[in-house]
Amino acid sequence: MGALSVNTALLRQILVGFVRDEVCKVGLKKGVLGLSGGIDSALVAYIAAEALGPENVYAYCMPYRTSNPESEAHARLVAESLGINFKVIEITGMVDAYFDLYPEASNMRRGNKMARERMTILYDHSAEVAGLVLGTSNKTELLLGYGTLHGDMASALNPIGDIYKSQVWELSEAMGVPHEVIEKKPSADLWAGQTDEQELGFTYRDADELLYRMVDQRMSREELIAAGFDAQFIDNVHRKVQGSHFKRRLPIIAKVSNRTIDRDFRYARDWGK
Amino acid sequence: MDFTVALAQIKPKLGCLDDNMALVEAAIEKGIAAGADLIVFPELALTGYFLKDLVPEVALRLDAPQIEKLKTLSKRISIAIGFVEVSSDFRFFNSALYLEEGEIRHVHRKVYLPTYGLFDEQRYMARGERLRAFDTRFGRVGMLICEDMWHLSAPYVLAMDGAMTLLCLSSSPGRGVSGTEGLGSAAAWQKLTSTTAMFLNCRVFYCNRVGYEDGINFWGGSEAISPSGEVTDRGAILEEDLVIAKVDGGALRRERIFSPIMRDENLAITVKELKRIDREKEY
Repeated sequence: MGALSVNTALLRQILVGFVRDEVCKVGLKKGVLGLSGGIDSALVAYIAAEALGPENVYAYCMPYRTSNPESEAHARLVAESLGINFKVIEITGMVDAYFDLYPEASNMRRGNKMARERMTILYDHSAEVAGLVLGTSNKTELLLGYGTLHGDMASALNPIGDIYKSQVWELSEAMGVPHEVIEKKPSADLWAGQTDEQELGFTYRDADELLYRMVDQRMSREELIAAGFDAQFIDNVHRKVQGSHFKRRLPIIAKVSNRTIDRDFRYARDWGK
Repeated sequence: MDFTVALAQIKPKLGCLDDNMALVEAAIEKGIAAGADLIVFPELALTGYFLKDLVPEVALRLDAPQIEKLKTLSKRISIAIGFVEVSSDFRFFNSALYLEEGEIRHVHRKVYLPTYGLFDEQRYMARGERLRAFDTRFGRVGMLICEDMWHLSAPYVLAMDGAMTLLCLSSSPGRGVSGTEGLGSAAAWQKLTSTTAMFLNCRVFYCNRVGYEDGINFWGGSEAISPSGEVTDRGAILEEDLVIAKVDGGALRRERIFSPIMRDENLAITVKELKRIDREKEY
């Protein structure tokens, strides 16, 4: 094991350079992000503050009435230790107004709505301050599809989408993210006491060890079993990756013309920049 | 002869010929001011790398005004630079130009177009069909573009064609951040450039760009390598830089006396065996 360990100094340089380059390239200098109190958004805040200067980073904490108060406290702690702009915008009013129409809605629907509500707020504020929305989904979440499409998975730029949760922990240590944030159990804070690992049914560390071999090293199922991974675990994770693939792609367009967007009309997003 | 080389580790803008010409001219002025006799730019320096459908839009004919301008500049400093070339029959090539004393001395069209992993070159570009060394005021030179260098035969052919200096123009993406040391792609390249110089008793000048395109980083780290395989100068990692390398002309002569590998290379055996392999191969 230990294959996931990274040279944090180099990774930091690349990710900080990425945020600076991609924000400045579109003629802006500010970054906007949701600060949940969790480690992923804390790390992105650290990267953004180093890339753009703390005065150019706008962080928003968007609690719902059932959110754990500790989340807001941790978000505030991160913002204060960096000296970035920080605002709390409560989403209870807008979310409850909607679900008054659908009182029977499941926890999943409610959680998704909250995630999308937060993202509309971030995009609105990105227009207000003239900044880009920075994504905070890591590679583990993206591969497992453990996120809300057009909600927390949305962004203009994502500096941490190619690093696994284990690497998020490692880089966060190196960049000085407060220990309270690094050490707590990962949670989407959807309901009281919820933790990601409980909901997923496995730990991020185990998932990362498997995903790294499965995705990055392209080991076959037989090779993974020979390496000591449980067959059921492999199949479970594989099913999640495959089943959530639609979340990682643009909407598909029915092709009828000679040149259809994204099929044979192909330009890099950084076209002309 | 002793001479000075500048390796211009620039950050081109994707698809913006005018902006990139300005970057190139600025680097040339700096190179001249630093006393350089030759300046080497990266692969696709005039256009940026992940061009996709932009390829035909940024392609230049050899008589394009931009190239005329480079010709004029080459009266003051020799220039090796990457761009997209369009031929008269509308094929598009990932090409490198060598300009000297107001003339185009050589055009190399990239032979090995990577089309795997994050690369997609052969979808948009035609393959070059020639590997030729050519004469310059610094002696015989061979040019390679990025992936060309990864095929042992390419620098070998150039060296057998008499090249004693190899110029490698590159847009190498940084990949493989791991626990151990630097970037995986940088470590691999550093082995490659040094080994190639040592095997062929050639100087190698490697120029790699920097910047980001769609989240992909180019790591820079341009290098001047002596014929013994020793890195004499290296550019910054991930940042713009202009590396000025003073070349000791005598080092190549001394290396070829000390280690006459190229003298002893047997072209006849190589050709004979390659022909046999080609004959026996089932295509």
